[in-house]
Amino acid sequence: MSTLAQAPAPTTVGNVFVNIGIFLAFVIVTLVFVYRASRTNRTASDYYAAGRSFTGPQNGMAIAGDYLSAASFLGIAGAIAINGYDGFLYSIGFLVAWLVALLLVAELLRNTGKFTMGDVLAFRMRQRPVRAAAATSTLVVSFFYLLAQMAGAGGLIALLLQIPNSNRLGQSVVIAVVGILMIVYVLVGGMKGTTYVQIIKAVLLIVGAAVMATWVLGISGFNLSGLLGDAVANSPKGEALLNPGLIYGGSSLARIDFLSLGLALVLGTAGLPHILMRFYTVPTAKEARRSVVWAIWLIGIFYLFTLILGYGAAALVGAEQIASAPGGANSAAPLLAYRLGGEILLGLISAVAFATILAVVAGLTITASASFAHDVYANVIKRGKASPDEEVRVARTTAFVVGIVAIVGGILVNGINVAFLVALAFAVAASSNLPTILYSLFWRRFNTTGALWSIYGGLISCVLLIIFSPVVSGPTSAIFKNVDFSLFPLSNPGIVSIPLSFLLGIVGTYVGTYVGANREVDEAKFAEMEVRSLTGAGSEKAIAH
Amino acid sequence: MSTTEHRSTGTIYEQVQASPEFADLRSRLRRFVFPVSAAFLAWYMAYVLLASYAPGFMSIKVAGNINVGLIIGLLQFVSTFAITTAYGLYASKHLDPAADRIRRQIEDAT
Repeated sequence: MSTLAQAPAPTTVGNVFVNIGIFLAFVIVTLVFVYRASRTNRTASDYYAAGRSFTGPQNGMAIAGDYLSAASFLGIAGAIAINGYDGFLYSIGFLVAWLVALLLVAELLRNTGKFTMGDVLAFRMRQRPVRAAAATSTLVVSFFYLLAQMAGAGGLIALLLQIPNSNRLGQSVVIAVVGILMIVYVLVGGMKGTTYVQIIKAVLLIVGAAVMATWVLGISGFNLSGLLGDAVANSPKGEALLNPGLIYGGSSLARIDFLSLGLALVLGTAGLPHILMRFYTVPTAKEARRSVVWAIWLIGIFYLFTLILGYGAAALVGAEQIASAPGGANSAAPLLAYRLGGEILLGLISAVAFATILAVVAGLTITASASFAHDVYANVIKRGKASPDEEVRVARTTAFVVGIVAIVGGILVNGINVAFLVALAFAVAASSNLPTILYSLFWRRFNTTGALWSIYGGLISCVLLIIFSPVVSGPTSAIFKNVDFSLFPLSNPGIVSIPLSFLLGIVGTYVGTYVGANREVDEAKFAEMEVRSLTGAGSEKAIAH
Repeated sequence: MSTTEHRSTGTIYEQVQASPEFADLRSRLRRFVFPVSAAFLAWYMAYVLLASYAPGFMSIKVAGNINVGLIIGLLQFVSTFAITTAYGLYASKHLDPAADRIRRQIEDAT
């Protein structure tokens, strides 16, 4: 993910009051939906899974709203405007990744599980250790993702509300407001309210991008080649803007690093707990499939728009103005909006970008709280004997705590470049979650030991490799510049930790069988899981209100 | 959810799992998703490798300012959309009817 960079001189454009006004309108509309949703929030299934009552297309839009973070809107458009082709590479990894979810995960998960990823991972294993492991990795992924979103909020605030980075107090207040709004959405609206926020945001974001992309193409006479030519002519990078290599070219290490990132992106999406949880909000596996189909079309078309917007910003705004604006590369799309449609379009796009943070953060919070309440509290601590009401109460308390942690964390890391946390969240999801999901769905012999080795092995190797990577310490790092304990040369651990975790799943399974910890496969449970996952028999039903 | 145990023949799920109709459904699912997953992952990794190790090839201009890299990148979008559509059609024709039939059998039996 491209960095939400520090703001240099405050050479601002646009009208703060228009930005805030449009954003407030978004908040009011979404709060109405959230309040209406709250009236049907009665059971655990309502709170966690919106009563499983959304249709495939609705859920597909919500998935797009959950997945297209501010980083992928502002970040990719900015990366293309400044560095051309290499920004485009990102969006392809993010899109192709959805095929893993469509073909291998979504429907089978919907048929087997109830509320969380842990439901599927622990289905035929020993409940407590596997649920504890699933919850640990869910919390780690969600926390990293959350922190990265909140840290990015500072850069966005500088850009959209024109509160400069020197005004730490002002930015902190805005971060706190974002966090409190998000807590209100989740506590009042539960999964249904959160879903409406994501749907509204996705529609605004995609329509906004469509209008701008059409406008840009119209200016260049609907001639893509001409637009690219204008971008090249207006860029200090020249011809190189159209070719790969501006970010990831150069040393052979940089190339391996890019392979590592590519692997984490394409395998991480289907292991992101907040994405997996969305599949439970539809009534059947068929609707889960339809929701992924909708999500793929929406996300894919959106990334095509960002390609136009990125090159359009290079052609019409120019790299120099973008780089010197508050927010740096991230200001490419907002500046382009201003260039095209003045204050009103800028206000719209700014409000949408801000709403984006809210929607993504709310989705992460409900996932983290569900995993803690359902996996850790109800199944590990209470051994499955907690009442659903008790569970939801714990989930609400956890959501509140997660919200507070996000606010405090967001204020503390504001301005520190923690963009690598998003890549890390994808790497952890790809290495600690995906192998266990696939093995438990498709491999009969897979057992508890294999699951634990794979989840913890993937998680620990990922986090350790990041700690000892050049992004944390060393001369070029973001956090500790004065010390250097970077023993691992790559900034993304995926190329090591993903194969390692797949391997540990196999080795652990055979070791578990050999030492007798898992004397035999639970054939009855495996039969139930396999038949349920493919046919939907016995799956959780929708609630009619 | 059913956990009705029939000790002699196993649970209803074990009976269904052993049935030829279920085996056929499973193999039809796997026959599609495994090869297609392998294919799109290989095609994506080939693209990533080309972008990192063959920038010269990717920079060859085809029409105006449109180069090989842009075309291959856009083809990744095309292939993703095509696989999505193909799977939707395949599933509703070859998977859903059998899955529905087996599910009704199980629900009638429990």
